[in-house]
Amino acid sequence: MIFPNSLATTYNDKVVRQFAIMTVVWGVVGMLVGVIIAAQLTWPELNFGIPWLTYGRLRPLHTNAVIFAFGGCGLFASAYYVAQRTCQVRLFGDKLAAFTFWGWQLVILAAAISLPLGYTQGKEYAELEWPIDILITVVWVSFAVVFFGTIGTRKVRHIYVANWFFGAFIIAVALLHLVNSAAIPAGFMKSYSAYAGVQDAMVQWWYGHNAVGFFLTAGFLGMMYYFVPKQAERPVYSYRLSIVHFWALIFTYMWAGPHHLHYTALPDWTQSVGMVFSLILLAPSWGGMINGIMTLSGAWHKLRDDPILRFLIVSLSFYGMSTFEGPMMSIKTVNALSHYTDWTIGHVHSGALGWVGLVTMGSMYYLIPRLFGQKQMYSIKAIEIHFWTATIGIVIYIAAMWIAGVMQGLMWRAINTDGTLTYTFVESVKATFPFYVLRLFGGLLYLSGMLIMLWNVLKTATRGRSVTVTIPTALAHA
Amino acid sequence: MDILYLLIPLSVILVFFILAGLWWAIHRGQFENIESEGERILKD
Repeated sequence: MIFPNSLATTYNDKVVRQFAIMTVVWGVVGMLVGVIIAAQLTWPELNFGIPWLTYGRLRPLHTNAVIFAFGGCGLFASAYYVAQRTCQVRLFGDKLAAFTFWGWQLVILAAAISLPLGYTQGKEYAELEWPIDILITVVWVSFAVVFFGTIGTRKVRHIYVANWFFGAFIIAVALLHLVNSAAIPAGFMKSYSAYAGVQDAMVQWWYGHNAVGFFLTAGFLGMMYYFVPKQAERPVYSYRLSIVHFWALIFTYMWAGPHHLHYTALPDWTQSVGMVFSLILLAPSWGGMINGIMTLSGAWHKLRDDPILRFLIVSLSFYGMSTFEGPMMSIKTVNALSHYTDWTIGHVHSGALGWVGLVTMGSMYYLIPRLFGQKQMYSIKAIEIHFWTATIGIVIYIAAMWIAGVMQGLMWRAINTDGTLTYTFVESVKATFPFYVLRLFGGLLYLSGMLIMLWNVLKTATRGRSVTVTIPTALAHA
Repeated sequence: MDILYLLIPLSVILVFFILAGLWWAIHRGQFENIESEGERILKD
């Protein structure tokens, strides 16, 4: 059967362009909300007594905006671009692809309105109420049809490794969303989870951990396996290792979720299984990290004068760091100290700001000028400044949270000789104050880097024009 | 922990799908001559 996309002579870059621009826009919005709530944790009066601006409502807005709006748009853009380029075929279904863009923006808009109004399912990273959940499902299935349709109509026999990562990400997120968001509606924008008590907690963290594994890891690894070799102008260090990385990662990730529920009502053995699988995950994660970084072997000098490559390689270092820290924190004795402290927040942000943020920014700096018929971004100097503000911001942020977290853990467990607690909870809150100020400063630096990026992207887009790229015929062979 | 009767079979079914994917990839020759595939993307 011949589909219209396999007869087309040009790539569909319009939808890629739309998603790429919105990645940057939502990045600014999501990080701004992050800075606001960081300030509220430091000075709680900053919610001005307005219910829509309280921490409890803005916090899910921040996480949804950075993960699903910024990260999500970045993944749509790169999956669509990479699938077309590596398969040498136009995107499957132009109208469906356009629908995924507008549908996804509608989901984001609905989140931005409903979360401050207080509508929530109360599930972390799955707060959106059931009507929005249904819209997400429709958009996601369309995404799967467009992506797998493109792979199915490819002109190159081999499916490049990045596509395997994108494919796993799309399938796993669909499954996770359907199982975890199962709920009984009780009116418009109100529902009750299909599960109760500890069962609900287990489903939630089966979802939550695999959302990290497949949305924030597998998806962005797809990005990494395409844009790192492209920017370095060298093939990935070991293609063989990249394949082992993929299969090992997806076979082991599904089982690690219980480490979010150490020392809870979850049976002990389930917690231990979660911990063991989390430790095993270190191996494929580091295999992938080394593979990405070693792509530069023999060309390390490129790091000296290419800030985009620096974004990508430093993102891999943060990936390595947080995939080491994660398994360590899943060890029950370590978790007894770290759980419920700001150490967890530091860990999440070393992954989110360091790995997900930097790899997305680096990939967009590669992608955006090409989408607008330019050789490079409007200002390379601005990329350089962005790199340093972002990196310094992350280091300040995570160092502050490490110190705050370990301090909180130690204060909470300190016991006097007569068996009473040495510190009250509020004493640990007061002791955290300076670190919250530092964290706010780190976040401000990271946000200002993102504003520089927005300016640079707008300059690049307005100087260039939307180009239509012809599919090369010489390379297209079965 | 009745939920494990859902989550574990679900994950096992998923593993079978992953195995099917791996089997497909091996038998369709996806892993033959792979190092040259890494270089191909540099030319697109």
